[in-house]
This record gives sequence, structure tokens and C-alpha cells, in this order.
Amino acid sequence: MATALQIVACAGIVPDPLQTLEPTTGANGPGLKNEMVLPAVLDPWAACALYEAAALAAKHPGSKLWLVALGPKAKLQQVMMTVAQKVAFELVPVDGPIGGFPDAHSTAAAISSAIESIAGLDRTQLFVFGGWESASRGAGVTLQVIGERLGIADLFFGVDQISLRDDGSFEVLERVEGGKHQVSVCAGAPAVLGWATGNLAEPRNNPQIGMSNMRTIMPALQKAKTAALDANSLSYISVNLPKQQRTTRVEKNMSADEIASELVEWIGKDS
Amino acid sequence: MESILVLTHADESGSALTRQSLEAVTAGKELAARLGASLTIGIVAADGNRVASAVKHAGPRLLAVKGDAFAQARFASDAAACEALCRAAQATIVVAPQSSRFARVMAAVALRISGVIDTHITALAGAETVEATRWFYRQRIEAVVTRTARPWFLLLDSGTHEPYAGEAGDAQVDEVYIAVELPALRTEVTGFRAPKQDEQTIRPDAKLLFVAGAGWTKKQPDGAVHVEEAGRLILDFLRASGASLGSSKSLVDQGGEGQSVLPFLTHMNQVGQTGSTPRHAKGLSTCCHGEEPHVVGWRFIGERRAISLDANCGWTRGKADVVYIADAFQVMAKVNELLKS
Repeated sequence: MATALQIVACAGIVPDPLQTLEPTTGANGPGLKNEMVLPAVLDPWAACALYEAAALAAKHPGSKLWLVALGPKAKLQQVMMTVAQKVAFELVPVDGPIGGFPDAHSTAAAISSAIESIAGLDRTQLFVFGGWESASRGAGVTLQVIGERLGIADLFFGVDQISLRDDGSFEVLERVEGGKHQVSVCAGAPAVLGWATGNLAEPRNNPQIGMSNMRTIMPALQKAKTAALDANSLSYISVNLPKQQRTTRVEKNMSADEIASELVEWIGKDS
Repeated sequence: MESILVLTHADESGSALTRQSLEAVTAGKELAARLGASLTIGIVAADGNRVASAVKHAGPRLLAVKGDAFAQARFASDAAACEALCRAAQATIVVAPQSSRFARVMAAVALRISGVIDTHITALAGAETVEATRWFYRQRIEAVVTRTARPWFLLLDSGTHEPYAGEAGDAQVDEVYIAVELPALRTEVTGFRAPKQDEQTIRPDAKLLFVAGAGWTKKQPDGAVHVEEAGRLILDFLRASGASLGSSKSLVDQGGEGQSVLPFLTHMNQVGQTGSTPRHAKGLSTCCHGEEPHVVGWRFIGERRAISLDANCGWTRGKADVVYIADAFQVMAKVNELLKS
């Protein structure tokens, strides 16, 4: 028998990966140059988590999916214009700073407070989904701290697959070293799952889902609570772009034989 | 004065500490020497005594947990074990490897003992304070951070330090087993599963990373796609060279979009923005175009070469040491012939 699920997907917003990033230091510490005008997207790993959550919810009638996202309201609104067309969810926005430089502990505290404030959420049946790392800070800290603050004792990291069973237990595949998956079986919710890429392709835009989502997203954005993030004693000594620039030799006129010989010699040489 | 705890764990066999753990021991020893700090080694394993010999000379104090529950890499038991070791050691700085096992639990452990954590540390410096280097925005921006809050947990990326190899001679070591109060365990690790592929293509210890791009599955000069031939050439090369296989996102994604795809590739092979950033001495990219493989995925690759048909590919310029403007099908066929001979 399919059980109705309560899934909270946590997702940040990050600059579009194709943008050139340049660090700068302001009154509140490091940030990105022109950060507020850089096109933003939903964090890629968190987006995988959201799509997996939606697919899971679709298989279990009566399930509910919330998306908790922290960022400046204006940027959240911009990103939601696209994301809202992908899958159905209810947005729980938190108005806060953008970027990877704020402390992860404070970010997690703000997000767990937002989850706790969701009306009607049955925390005994809760799945917290998110990316195992973000494309901004990339620390893998936020989701764990959220789980710990919510008192959830089962956490999985680098998840690529979850298979729910009729009795409420589930099998989960986590990435481990050496290109393998660790297989675990958990008795059931509540649990935290930090997703790697999963196995789903990005859903196509569906304007009908978008219209439906936006009816609740805009009021939610207007009511979003503001979160001030504490530095937790984190200070930055330097923030720089990598200086390494290589001198590239471009070989346009070598034959396949010549290239192959050179490559084989290079591969065999101790570096 | 700082006191340092290095947390380590056993490998899947339970008979040895992982290489990443031994790298963390090296980092901890260096840091302790620089700061004049005391050093304790903590071991998470079913039988700490079985694996302790490798680090007996690393520090004057060894702490370990014991029990079958710690044979499995599972959040509830690992977090309880690490928490108990941290409380027993009372360290101000906790150094641990960024392994899948510890990355899963250490932020929660830090919170339990009112500490803070920074992860993916690639270097530790500073004579009086600790300065930790890490990357932001998927290896695009490098920062050095410090904290005054203690305890401060630092998870070290693999490959950033030499593994601790031990020292000669007898050492006076205090070995202590720490009792751990386990919560109810609701999760059971049932085994490991390799991706659905003919053979293992991800080899973290390989000297060479071979990156396959989407060009392998595009139309070739004869107007047809040659996916089977591409797959054969790549697998032959991997077998002959012992290289690890990486892939661009676009090539892996093709599988989900119903296009021709190399059957042995999975998301696990992906390098770049939503993939891994592996560490290998050399990297050879083929049929790749774009920032993902050349900037993000290659950040920690030593020597880099590329084969591309696009002489104007801006992403390889300044990122690769050598770019061959050539047909990768022809070149890799010749390379395979030479490697076999």
C-alpha cells in the first residue's frame, strides 16, 4: 500500500554556472562582484533532490512537497519563475543573503526554523531532501545540521536512489569511494537524504504547473521571514581567483600517428 | 594551548585504516608540531586494536571505540562514536578525512559538541592560528579561512597530504577504549553495489584521468554516429592504460534524454559542476567542449592534455598544457595499438 509522504526539499540559489565569477570584499565580508545581477539558478544538486522528491510524491498519492529556499526575495522570485514550471510544490521562502560565503551553521539554523514553522507538517513522517553539497559553498554541512536540529537520526549522503517499500521502510544507495554505492535499508521516515545527481532527467517546463505554483509562491514570497546569518566566528583571510594560467601548446598539424606516439610516451612517463 | 584530535576510520575490510585517514594523521602531526599542541588519535572501527598499529607512533594517546556496530558506515552509529571520541579527547581542533563515511556525520557531531566545522580543506597553514584553505563555487574561488570558535572541525580532502607511514622504534602509547551509548539503530548497511557497467571504470588511484566528452556520440565526418566504436576505443584504452574514466555532464545526460549513449557511463563518472573534482597526476580530455571538464573537473589534475576538433575552443586555452587538434577516433585507435604492442 502506498503511503502519503511529507517531503521538504531544501535548495539554495547559485549563479548560473556559465557566469564568470569574481570575488569582492564588502562591508559584510566576501561576496561576488555584481552578485545581485548575475543570473541565478536553483542549486544543481538541490534541483536533483527536488525532482526526485516530486517523482516520489507522484508515486504516493496524498503526498505533499515543500521547497524551502533561502535567498534574497527578488532572486528567489526570479529563479522560481523557471523552477515552478518543473514540478508542483509549496514554497517556503526565507529572505536572506545570497552566496557561498555566509556560515553554513547559521544557514542551517534559519532553514530548520523555517521547516519547524510549516503548518501541518508531520515530523514523524518527514523526509528532508537536499543536495549533498551546494555549488556555492560546497561544504555538505547545511543538510546535516538541519537534520540534527530537527532530531532526525537517519541521514544519507550522496544519494542516487531511494526505493520505498510497502511497509514504509526504504532502500537507499549512497555514493562511496571507488565509484561504488553503499546499499542501506532504513526502517522508515523520518530521514534526511542529501542527493547527488539521482537518475532523473530535468523535467520539461509545464506552464500549467507553473501557473498553479505561482498562485502560492508570490504570496509566500511577500510573507517571507528575514534571516540574519551569524558569522559563527568565521573570518576570511583571503578570497582569490586561482592564479594558475597555463601556457597551452596548440598542435594543429600533427598526424594521428605522431599524436599517438607523443601521448603514449607522456602517459608512460613518471610525472 | 590547542589540543588536536585526529579522527580516523577503518576501511571496508575492517583490518586497516583508510589511506585518507592516514593522510589526516600526517596533517594532524604537522599541525600539532607547528602549534605546539597535544595530539590524540581517535579510531572508529569494529576492533580498534586491529588497526591501531599503523598509527601507534603518531601520537602519545590513542582512543578507540569497539563493537560490531562500528563495522558499518552508518550515520547513527558513526555520529555516536565520533561524538564519544571528541568528548573523551576534549580537543580544540578535530582533524578528519573528507571520506564518504566521515563527510556523512561530522557536521552533526560538531553541532552535538557545540563546535563548528569547515570541510574540503586542501591546506592547513599558520604558526599561531590555524588558517585553512578551501574552494568555493565548485573550485572557482579559493579562500583561506580561520575561526576563533572551538572545537573547530576540519575535514581534509584526499590527496592533500602524504599518508602517515609510521616511525621506527617503540613508543609509549596510552590506548583507551571509549564506551559509546548507541541510539536505536534503524538503518542496516546491506552491502555495496557497483554501477551497471561491464567493468569498473572509476579508479581513484589511477595516475591518469581520461575524460570523454559528448563529441564521441556526435555525427562523424561520414555523417553517421559511431557509438559502439567509441565505446570500444574508450574501454580498450582504459584496459591498456589503467586510467580512470571521467565524463562531461552533457555526455552522461544524453542517456536520460534518449540519445545514443556510451553504455558504461553513469553519473558517477561525471566530472565538473555536478560531478566530482578528482585528483590525478595527469588528465587527457577527448571530444570535450566547455568549462565543466576543463575548469571545474580538472582543478586538481596535474598535467593536462586535450584532443579536440575545435581549434578555437577557448576553454582549453590556458587550462590544458597541450591541445591536439585532431580526430579523437583516429588518435585513440593508434594509441591503443601502441599500448597493446
